[in-house]
Amino acid sequence: MAAVTVDVATAAQVRRRADPLLVVSATCCLLLIAVALVGGWLAPYQPDEIDVLAASQGPGPHHWLGTDSLGRDVLSRALAGAALSFAGPLLIVLGSVVLGTVLGVVAAWYGGWLDQMLNRLLNVMFAVPGILVAVIASAVFGAGFWAPVIALTLVYIPYAARIIRSAAVRERQQAYVEGLQLAGVSSLSINTKHVLRNVWPLIVAQATIGLGTALADFAAVSFIGLGVQPPAAEWGVMVAEGRAEILDGAPQQSLVAGLCIVVTVVSFNVLGERLAARFGAAR
Amino acid sequence: MTATTDVTPVRAMRAAVRPSGIGARIATTVVGAAATVLTASFVIFAALSLAPGDPVSLLLGPHATDEARTAKRAELGLDDPLLVRYWHWLTDALQGRFGTSFTYREGVTTLIGPRLETTLLLVAMAAVLIVVVGIGLGVLGGVSDRWSAVVSAATGLGIAVPTFVAASVLISVFAVQLGWFPTFGAGDGLLDSVWHLVLPALALSVGYGAYVTQLTAAAVREEAGKEHVVTSRGRGIPHRLILRRHVLRNAALPVMTASGLALAGLVAGALVVEEAFGIDGIGALLVKSVSGKDYPVVTAVSLIIVVVFVVVTTVIDVAQVLLDPRQRRAA
Repeated sequence: MAAVTVDVATAAQVRRRADPLLVVSATCCLLLIAVALVGGWLAPYQPDEIDVLAASQGPGPHHWLGTDSLGRDVLSRALAGAALSFAGPLLIVLGSVVLGTVLGVVAAWYGGWLDQMLNRLLNVMFAVPGILVAVIASAVFGAGFWAPVIALTLVYIPYAARIIRSAAVRERQQAYVEGLQLAGVSSLSINTKHVLRNVWPLIVAQATIGLGTALADFAAVSFIGLGVQPPAAEWGVMVAEGRAEILDGAPQQSLVAGLCIVVTVVSFNVLGERLAARFGAAR
Repeated sequence: MTATTDVTPVRAMRAAVRPSGIGARIATTVVGAAATVLTASFVIFAALSLAPGDPVSLLLGPHATDEARTAKRAELGLDDPLLVRYWHWLTDALQGRFGTSFTYREGVTTLIGPRLETTLLLVAMAAVLIVVVGIGLGVLGGVSDRWSAVVSAATGLGIAVPTFVAASVLISVFAVQLGWFPTFGAGDGLLDSVWHLVLPALALSVGYGAYVTQLTAAAVREEAGKEHVVTSRGRGIPHRLILRRHVLRNAALPVMTASGLALAGLVAGALVVEEAFGIDGIGALLVKSVSGKDYPVVTAVSLIIVVVFVVVTTVIDVAQVLLDPRQRRAA
C-alpha cells in the first residue's frame, strides 16, 4: 500500500514539473500549424507570381528570402506551401491511426488466430518499403496529391497497429477489464469507454511523431515527381524545383523549403517524445 | 509480466510437439520470408494490373491494325485471368526472365543489370558509413558522459533530415560552392564511380546513420548501467576491458538489429538519392518507368527492392539466433 502511494506521488510530481523541451516544441508545432492555416494570407506576394526581372535574387529588402529562377518570392512560396505540405501528412496520420487503432485493439481483444493473422499481414506490409508503395500507388492512381496520401496511410498502419496492440494487450490484462466483463458490460463498450481511454495518450504521442515522419515522406514523394505536381507550392516540390538553381549558385528555394521540413520534423519528433515520456511517467 | 499469462497449457503442448532445434527455427524463418516475398509480389503485381494504360498501344503505337492488336494481346497473355498472368510472370521471374520493356524495347534483365551495380555500389558505400560512423558515434555517446548530449542532439537532428534535403545541402556546399565533388551522375569505372557517389552515399546515410547511432547509444548506456558492470568497476577492472568484454558484447545484438533494419531500407532509400543526384540506378529507372507506364520494368524493380529488404532482415534474424546463446537455447 505504501509503495502505491509513493508511486502516485512521484507521478504527480512528474506531471507538475515543467518540461522546457515540451513547452518549446509544443510552441513550435502550434506556430507551424498556424502557418499552415493562414500562411497564404501572411505571404507578401502571390506564391505563383512570376517576376522574370527579379529572377534568382538572393535575400534582400524586397524579397526577404530571395526569389527562384522564375522570380517567384521564396518566402511567400514557403508560407503558402505549408498548407499543402501539412494537409497530406495530416490525412495520412488520421487515416493510419484510426485504422491502426481498430486493428490493434481488435487483435489485442480477441487474440488467438485473428491476432496471428493480423500479425502475418502486418509483417508482409512491413516488408514493402514506404517509398516503393508510394511509387506503385502513383502508377495506379496517377501522380498527384492522393497517391502518396493513400500509399503512406497504408504504410503507416502496421506501425500504429503494432504499438497500439501491445498497449491494449497490457490494458486487457488489468483486473478492471475482467471485472467489467463479469458485470456483463459488452466488449465494444469496454474497449471504447475504458481500454481506448487509457491507451489514448500513447496514441496522441505516436500520432505526433508520425506527423513529422509523414511530412518528410510525403515531401519525398513530391520531390521525386510522383506526388504534388509543380507549379503548386509544396515544400517537397520546392526542393525539387530548386535543384537546377543550386547548380547556378542560387540555392535559396531548396534550402528554405528543406529547412522548413527539418524544423517541422524536429519539432513534432521532440513533442511526441516528450509527450510519450510524460504520459509514460504519469501512468 | 506477459510471459506468465502467455504460457497456457495448450501452447506449451504445441511447443513440445513442434520440431525444435536451431535448424528448424532457421527453416521456419526462411519459409516465412519466402511467403512474405510471394505475398508482396502478388499484391504488387495485382495493384499494377489495375493501373491505367494499355500496353498494346504503348508497344504498337496508335496506328496499329485491330488484328495486330488482338494478336499482341494474345501474345502478351493480357486476356488471361489475373492469377494465370501472375503464375506466368512468377515462373519466368524465378528463371530470371522479366520480359521486355515497353519503352526501351530491351530485355528488362539487361536494362536492370548495370543499373543494379550502380545502386549496389551506392548502397554499399552508405552501408559502410552507417555501420562505421553510426556505431562508432553511438558507442561514444553511450559511454562518455561528456559526449552523450552532443551525440543525442546530433542524432535528433540527423533523423529529421530527409535524404533529399541532405542531398540538396551537400550539392550546394560541397559540389557547387567548394567544387570538391561532381554534381551529377555516377561516373565511369570504379574509382570515378566511388568519387561520384561520395555525396550521394553521405546523403543516404545521414538519416539511417542517426537512427543506428541513437539505438547504439541507448543499448550501450543500458548495458553500462547493469549491475555486473557496476560491480566490475567497483572491483577495479580496467574500463576498457569491461567495455569490450561486457558492455559492447551484450549491446551488439540490438545494434545488429538496428543496423540490419537500416541496411534493408537502403535500396528503397537510394531511389530518392538517385533522383536527387541524377544517378542512373534502379531507383531512377523505377521512377522513370512509372511515369512511362513501363510496367514490366516497374514490377521487376519492385520485386528486387522487396527481395533485398526481406533477405537482409531474414539474414539478421538468422544471425541473431546463431549468435545469441539465449535464443539458441530457447530454440
